[in-house]
Amino acid sequence: MTGFLSIRNLSVVLAGTPHRLLRSVSLDLPAGEVHGLVGESGAGKSMIGKAILGILPRAIEIAEGEILLDGQDLLQLPPAERRRLVGKTAALIPQDPLTALNPSRRIGPQITDRLVDILGWKRAQAEARAVELLAEVHIPDAPRVMRSYPHELSGGMRQRILIASAFAAEPKLIVADEPTTALDVTVQKQILRLIAEMQSRHGTAILFVTHDLGVVSKVCRSLSVLYGGKVVEETEVRAFFRGPKHAYSAALLAATPKYTDPDTSLTPVPAEVIAAVQAEVEAADGEWRHVR
Amino acid sequence: MLDGRSAIKRRAGLRLWLSGGWLLLIVLAAILAPWISPQDPLAQDLFAARTPPFWEAGSEPGFWLGADSLGRDVLTRILYGARIALIVAFVAGTLTCAVGAALGLIAGYFRGWADRIVSRLVDIWMAFPPVLFAILLIAVLGTGLTSIIIAIVVIDWTRFCRVVRAEAMNQGQMDYVASAQVAGMSRLRTMWAEILPNVLPTIVALLSLEMGIAVIVEAILSFVNLSISTDSPTWGGMIAEGRTSIHQAWWVLVFPLLTLFLTVLSFSQFGEGLKDRFDPVLR
Ligand SMILES: Nc1ncnc2c1ncn2[C@@H]1O[C@H](COP(=O)(O)OP(=O)(O)OP(=O)(O)O)[C@@H](O)[C@H]1O
Ligand SMILES: [Mg+2]
Repeated sequence: MTGFLSIRNLSVVLAGTPHRLLRSVSLDLPAGEVHGLVGESGAGKSMIGKAILGILPRAIEIAEGEILLDGQDLLQLPPAERRRLVGKTAALIPQDPLTALNPSRRIGPQITDRLVDILGWKRAQAEARAVELLAEVHIPDAPRVMRSYPHELSGGMRQRILIASAFAAEPKLIVADEPTTALDVTVQKQILRLIAEMQSRHGTAILFVTHDLGVVSKVCRSLSVLYGGKVVEETEVRAFFRGPKHAYSAALLAATPKYTDPDTSLTPVPAEVIAAVQAEVEAADGEWRHVR
Repeated sequence: MLDGRSAIKRRAGLRLWLSGGWLLLIVLAAILAPWISPQDPLAQDLFAARTPPFWEAGSEPGFWLGADSLGRDVLTRILYGARIALIVAFVAGTLTCAVGAALGLIAGYFRGWADRIVSRLVDIWMAFPPVLFAILLIAVLGTGLTSIIIAIVVIDWTRFCRVVRAEAMNQGQMDYVASAQVAGMSRLRTMWAEILPNVLPTIVALLSLEMGIAVIVEAILSFVNLSISTDSPTWGGMIAEGRTSIHQAWWVLVFPLLTLFLTVLSFSQFGEGLKDRFDPVLR
């Protein structure tokens, strides 16, 4: 089955080198579902999101693969058309609410920009919608908030605003890149609940990047486990928590603290599991170079 | 936090008022010079030569700050000197800022080959000693107001370029830029609408500083007699002339020097004050 978002054999390299940062990644995300991307730091989770949204760093280029969004291969589109399609269909909830809002602009225009630019709305109409959106993410006193500068608001408040503005133009896909990592624990839970609430109300598909399997179990339907830029397991969340198939995912799950039983001691991913998955990933590389 | 913020604000406010006040005075002097000057700036009066300022014995009415060795009124010449100083400050400052900030913004935000070209250019530029460079340029271009302005722009654009490039590069890494990009904003508009407002406080501070520097450069060039023709009084020219008679008539040197010093200081302080005022995090 191909999903609303369908990635086929996507490899990205450090420009001008054969060094792969994503290794033939494939994944499917049906419309309206939440898919988790997990893996340790540096596994390439953010890289997948950036490749979809067309914001890869300069030094990184796509070597091969397809990114089908709503049936269209983004990588075959001319840049301007691609930008328009992505702008209309997708949005980003970034990790750090401190740098994700422009510090020298007021909140209001930062939300309404999207409605005006992407949907071609009138400023006044967009402002009315922004007030509704802020109410939807449980921000009281929306008119005052819209006149504020980002530094006048708390981290949790800013993240709510980013969520509101991600959902503003009714995208069909949102890439949420560790949207709760920068927040403190109590706020994390509220934000997570809010994202789930907005997701089910708007029926938006979300690619949820996180390294917290506990979060995945709460908000995702399916997930991909990444190691070294390769998907080692893609599966349904329920099946995963019943018993992961890959040794590395099993070790990752064992290394996750249990919310139900906080006293269990943490078992780090064993060295031999790491060595095995590393070997597996590198073997795939040899094949890849050979084919090319 | 709140207290610290308001303390900064108060200090910035005082600084802004003092420096702004002095600059306003100089601007008024430049505009109104023909009407408020007690004398003709070029009129020589050998009987009044080296008349001391009004509070000293032997002063003459009408020569408030004394007269130079040719009997020209010092105050009048300072007022007229403000004209050249300010023209150079505004024109050279603005042009320098426009060239340097534009190149810095493009290099810092677009990176890639644009950045490589601009950065290489800056490196090469920085290898020349600036004052020598200026004198060489004037020698080639000939003296005159336009030459001075061109020389200042050519020498000083790198100051803006370096700082603005670093800031733009910094801002370019921020997530808000990625979000704008995802929303389909073109690179050029992102630079203009998202990056520039964040670099603006720095640009304003540098611009004001640059105006002060332009005043100094003009004074230095006048001092070494490479500036405007001797018809129009300049502060640098007055300082050069005053130097020769410092023991007999200190006022010929000291008053223009003091004016120059206060003006340059005010430009830099005004810029800093504006920056604090502009910065949304301190506002
Ligand atoms: N601009 C860049 N130039 C070169 N390599 C990069 C660049 N950005 C990221 N990488 C590399 O790409 C790999 C994947 O990075 P990515 O940011 O996707 O990791 P991640 O899984 O999101 O990790 P984290 O949990 O730390 O965010 C890492 O090994 C990283 O070092
Ligand atoms: Mg990441």
